Formats: sequence, structure tokens, C-alpha cells
Amino acid sequence: MRYIARRLLHGLLLLVGVSVLSFLFAELAPGDYFSELRNDPRVLPETVAALRAQYGLDRPLPVRYAAWVASVLRGDFGYSLAYNSPVGPLLWGRVRATLLLTGTATFLAWLIALPLGIWNATARGTWFDSVSRVVLSFLLAVPDLLLAIVFLMLAVETGYFPTGGMVSPGSERVEDVAWHLALPVAVLVLGMLPTLVRHVRASMAEVIDSPFALSARAQGIPRQRLLFRHLLPAAANPLISLAGFSLGTLLSASLLIEVVMGWPGLGPLFLEAIMARDFAVVLAVVILSASFLVAGNLLADILLYRMDPRIRMK
Amino acid sequence: MTRRTKIAAALVFLGILHGFVIFAGFLAPYPYAEQHREFPYSPPTPLFGARAPGFVFLLGTDAYGRDVFSRLLYGGRVSLFTGLLAAFLSLALGLALGTAAGFYGGWLDRLLMRGGELVMALPWLYLLLAVRAFLPLHITTVQAFFLLVAIIGGVGWVRPARLIRGVVLSARERGFVLAARGFGASNAYLIRRHILPLTLGVVLTQATVLIPQYILAEVALSFLGLGVAEPVPSWGNMLAEAQQYHALVEHWWMLAPGLAIIPVLLGYLLLADALLEKGVRRV
Repeated sequence: MRYIARRLLHGLLLLVGVSVLSFLFAELAPGDYFSELRNDPRVLPETVAALRAQYGLDRPLPVRYAAWVASVLRGDFGYSLAYNSPVGPLLWGRVRATLLLTGTATFLAWLIALPLGIWNATARGTWFDSVSRVVLSFLLAVPDLLLAIVFLMLAVETGYFPTGGMVSPGSERVEDVAWHLALPVAVLVLGMLPTLVRHVRASMAEVIDSPFALSARAQGIPRQRLLFRHLLPAAANPLISLAGFSLGTLLSASLLIEVVMGWPGLGPLFLEAIMARDFAVVLAVVILSASFLVAGNLLADILLYRMDPRIRMK
Repeated sequence: MTRRTKIAAALVFLGILHGFVIFAGFLAPYPYAEQHREFPYSPPTPLFGARAPGFVFLLGTDAYGRDVFSRLLYGGRVSLFTGLLAAFLSLALGLALGTAAGFYGGWLDRLLMRGGELVMALPWLYLLLAVRAFLPLHITTVQAFFLLVAIIGGVGWVRPARLIRGVVLSARERGFVLAARGFGASNAYLIRRHILPLTLGVVLTQATVLIPQYILAEVALSFLGLGVAEPVPSWGNMLAEAQQYHALVEHWWMLAPGLAIIPVLLGYLLLADALLEKGVRRV
């Protein structure tokens, strides 16, 4: 319990640090949302100053940080100048869309990677292992960006799949969303799969080669039981960390693919905010994605602590 | 194949690929910005038996009639060298900070590692984009190139620094280091002569991991319009043109920059695998 509390506090401090740093960095950045206006000869400098004052941009930094923290606690996450509304309501729909995409993809990728990795580890040296290693290595070298573009190209050519977006206009059905989901999820799964399988295979292979596995086999423990009751738990630690990381990147893994495939998630919103110098949205997305990453790692740490007595003893 | 031949093969392969790009000025048939407006989206011409007016476009042309093959070579310069330079920067920073943290310990170690945790708390691509977001958007190509190198390299020092710190921590207590210290060796001498050589393995394997990752980062940033801008080609901004996928069905050669990344990444992957392979199998 004390361990969990300590880790929680650590994660919280980390997030506070990230937010302070990003705030400072945004402050040092040249230009803000109104700096484009300043170049416009039709707009008086006093008007710009008045606008800045109206949105509170002329207040000292600590005051603005305090105001921002208060608004985060209210769930508003600051005030977007480009959308002229609090950031929070803009975010939630986007977060849902991103989570739907990445959650499905991550789940499927693990569902394939676990059995495949275990199987490869037990079948080392056979043609099956060699073939799947070559294929996965090749997949690792194919950029997600290229995969996304090629898939879209195929979608246009065959007409079986929609070429972007999340729903067809006027349709609210689940099948429709699933149909739109298929291509981006496929790209994401293909992108995640090689790394996951490599890790599963490596950690299983190490355990299979260990002396305790040999002695367990000599005792005559059946193969299935040996693999899943004895070896898998022993190989689980690095995989739990990896799963934590997987969960942590749920918000951030699909940025490029969302942009290319027109998925209305956080990625396009973030990119538009960058182009428009809408720092409130940038800041909100950064904090949100950082909290996911921190939470994912935290979860993995706690899970490791619960599962592995060796860590508890330390 | 032994580990040695694998490493040599990967290095030769990568050398050839980088050679293509370095000698782009010599190999490319056209300047990268030369437009043949009368041949937009012209398909690849065969090397022999090209019909009048006798332009040879090995990989076709883009919307402005610019030769895709020439642009591919010049664009590779930007993409590959961003990766190399940024990885060099990351490793140099990581080596300096990691060694300092591991060797001197104390408050310096705590400060650097806490700072590193802050950087690691952000998803990598978001961090890159956020840093880019806070910097000026409209800049010249040369500025953009060095800005990309600085951002990608500067953001990535944490992982190498942590690994190097680990190596230095264990090296500091090794017998010969303690002995040298006993003979009155200065800290600077110890680091230079005894500690740094031990970090070589980590630095090399990290380089093979970081360079391809950074090439992809450059491609992503330029693709999103935050990197090197037209008319100077980079594989990222060339791919951005291919994003009009409705046109792409007829103009498949616009995918060339994306396909060109594959052998490069594969080369680095093979190199990394060969480096990580254990020389002797443990019994």
C-alpha cells in the first residue's frame, strides 16, 4: 500500500513538472495566437493589446499558471482562442475516437502477438520461426505512414472500404463505425505487431533456456502445463512493463495514422492547434497524453509489485 | 554466417545506400527543382528506347513535371542526414550527461535523472511536435534542417544517457579503475582512459537503434508540414504529395520515397541485430 502511494505521488509530481515546463516553454515561444494579427496593417496595436488583455495573456506567468491549474481541475483544460471555447469539451469527443481506434488495435495486436511469440519461442530453429521472423523484420522496416497510404490507395481502388473519417454522413450504426475502423486498425496492428512479437519471443526464449525449465521438463510435467503454468509467469515481467507502455501510448500511438486517414481523433486536433498557435489546446493534449503514459507505467509497476515477490522483497 | 560477416554485410549495404544519396549531385539526371510543366505525372520511362523529346524519368514525374528519381536522391540527403546528425547529437549529449551522472553521482545524478524522467513522461512524437509547435513556423530550408536536427537530437538524449549511466556506474567500481585511482589518476584521465572505452558497445547499439528512428521522425515532421519545405525535397514532404490518394491510384510511382525508406531501415535493423547477437552462446 505504501509502495502504491509512493508511486502515485511520484507520478503526480512528474505531471506537475511536465506542466510547469511546458508552460515555461510556451511562454518562451516567439509569437502567440494574436501575433499574426500584429502583422496586419489594418489592426491597431492597441486592439491587439486589448484582445490580449481580454483573454488574460498580459497577466504575469505564475498567475496564469494558477488559473490554468484551476481550469484543469474544473475539467476545462484552459481556453482555446482558435475555437473560442474551453478546451475540455473539444477534447472528450476526440479522446473517445482515439481510444476506440487505439484500444481496438492494441487489444488485437496483443491477442495475436502473445500466442505467436510463445509459439515462435518454442519452435526456434524451425522454418516456421524463420519465416515469421523474416516477415516481422520486414514489417518493422515498413513505415506506418507508407502502410496507411497504401491501404488508402487500395481502398480507393477496390471500393470495399471507406477512405477516411469515422462515420458515413447520416449513419449512426455500429457496423458503419466498425467498417470505418477496419483500415486504420489494420495499419496500427501491423505497426505494433513486430515489436510485440519480438519481445514475447525473446522473454519466453530466455525462460525456456533456463535450468529450471529443463528440470521441470525432466520431472515429466506435460508440455501445455509447463508452458502456461510454469514458463509464462516466469517470462511475464518484461511483458507486463511492455503492456503498461502499450496502455500508456493509447492516446499517442495513432497520431500519424489519424492525420493520414482522417480519423477525427486527438492527432488532427493537435496538428491544427500547432498550425494555429493555439497553445491552450497543445498544452492540454500534451498533459493528457503525458498522464496516460505516466498512468500506464504506474499500472505496470503496481502489477509487477503484486505479481513478483522478488520485487516486493526489495 | 558469423557475426562479423553479418556486420560487414549490413555496413556495406548501408554504405551503398548512403553513397547514392551523397553522390546525388552526380547521379541525379535533373536538378531537384527543375520543372517540365509539359509532362505532369508522366509515368516511368524505360531507360532504353525513350521516345522524343527524349526525357528519361526513371521514376516518373510529379504534378509539376519534376523528376521523382532526382528528387528521391536529393530528398534522401535531407532525410538520412537528419537521422545521422540527430543521432550523433543525441549520443553526444547522452554520453556527456550519462557519464557525468554516473561518475560524479550525488545531486548532479539526481538532477539529470529527474530531468530525464520529465522528458520520458511525454510520448515521443507528441514531445517532438510540441517542441516544434513552440518554435517559429516560417523559416528557411537550412534553418529548418538544423532545427529538425536540434529538436530530434535534443529531445532524444534521455534513453542513451540512462543506459550509459548504468555502464559507468558499474565501471566506476571495477578493479582496474579503483587501482588507477589509487595510483593518483585524475577524474578526467579516468573517464577518458578507462570509463569511456567501456561505453562503446552501448553507444554503437544505440546508434543503430536511434538513426532509423530519427529518419522516421524527420519523415513524419516533414510529412506534416513542420519540417523541410518545398521546393527542397525530403522523403517526408515528397510523401505528403502522395497523400492525394485518389490521384495515387494512377500515379503509383509517387510512393517511391516511402518505399525507399524500407531498405534503409532494413539495413539498420540487420546491423542492430548483428551487433546485439552474442559472440559466444552461453551454456
